[in-house]
Amino acid sequence: MTPSTTERILTPTPDDQRVARHAAAAIVLTVAEAAIPLPLPGVKPGLANIITLVVLVRWGWREAAWVALLRVLVGSLVLGQFLAPGFFLSLAGGVASLVVLALSRYLPPRLFGPVSQSILAAFAHIGGQLVVARAWLVPHDGVFYLVPVFALAAALFGLINGLMAARLLAEHSAPATGDGTRSGLVR
Amino acid sequence: MAGPALRPWFAAWARHLRPGDLLVLFLALGASVGSALFLWQGGRPDKAVVKAGGRIFAEVDLKTPRTFEVPGPLGITRIEIQPGRARVASDPGPRQYCVRQGWLSTSGAVAICAPNQVSLALSGSRADYDSLNY
Repeated sequence: MTPSTTERILTPTPDDQRVARHAAAAIVLTVAEAAIPLPLPGVKPGLANIITLVVLVRWGWREAAWVALLRVLVGSLVLGQFLAPGFFLSLAGGVASLVVLALSRYLPPRLFGPVSQSILAAFAHIGGQLVVARAWLVPHDGVFYLVPVFALAAALFGLINGLMAARLLAEHSAPATGDGTRSGLVR
Repeated sequence: MAGPALRPWFAAWARHLRPGDLLVLFLALGASVGSALFLWQGGRPDKAVVKAGGRIFAEVDLKTPRTFEVPGPLGITRIEIQPGRARVASDPGPRQYCVRQGWLSTSGAVAICAPNQVSLALSGSRADYDSLNY
């Protein structure tokens, strides 16, 4: 007999738990970042993308997509932005950068590291947001007036996030130093 | 700017940059600067249109400095052009509004000397108004 829904037990696999851990770390960064005052709406460091990059390199695109999309969903729920315009902008940016990250894996890894992936994903993020903003929220070419500001922010924050992801990855793959200070994010 | 104390700090981070990363970074910065140059020049005028009595008296580019005199019912209005800007230097009108507007430097800007029926307008690729008439 088919067990009733109250009897059915979902057992999370180690993969599920790893996704949940990484998504939790990304959500914490999203919420912490929301407290930083910034001069322009839409310009954010996007620190949670460090987690996405680390997961992408270590565990593959599928898990990175899970982490990024869970982060968008739960981050918006925690911040009270779920289904508000900001949520759709984040979602569009997140999906666009996941597409670019999927393509970026075909770059030769000797030449292009997490910094390249981070900058490319940041540009895809503003691209996806601008498409949604232009098509739906602000149906006027005036939204493109701020493109240079967004592009500069994407270049700078993409560089910083990429460097942090690269360093986390390098420190994790290096032999243990035994000082116990290693971040738990990439375990 | 970076003192010697910061050098090891920079080196520690620069270790994580691969050659292609620098290329991507420069392309990204180039895209920012390029989009700024492309998108933020719409307000720059490229020619001045002078009208007298409702008819176009002269259309000049804003590259070479020059002055010219426009006759009207009250007398002579002098227009002065300089690279990127133009003004009404003098006008016989009683209230001098167009003279006191000073230099015009954005596309769509207009100085109208109504008593002498002379107007000076700057036009460019993007203007703030579709048309102005009086």
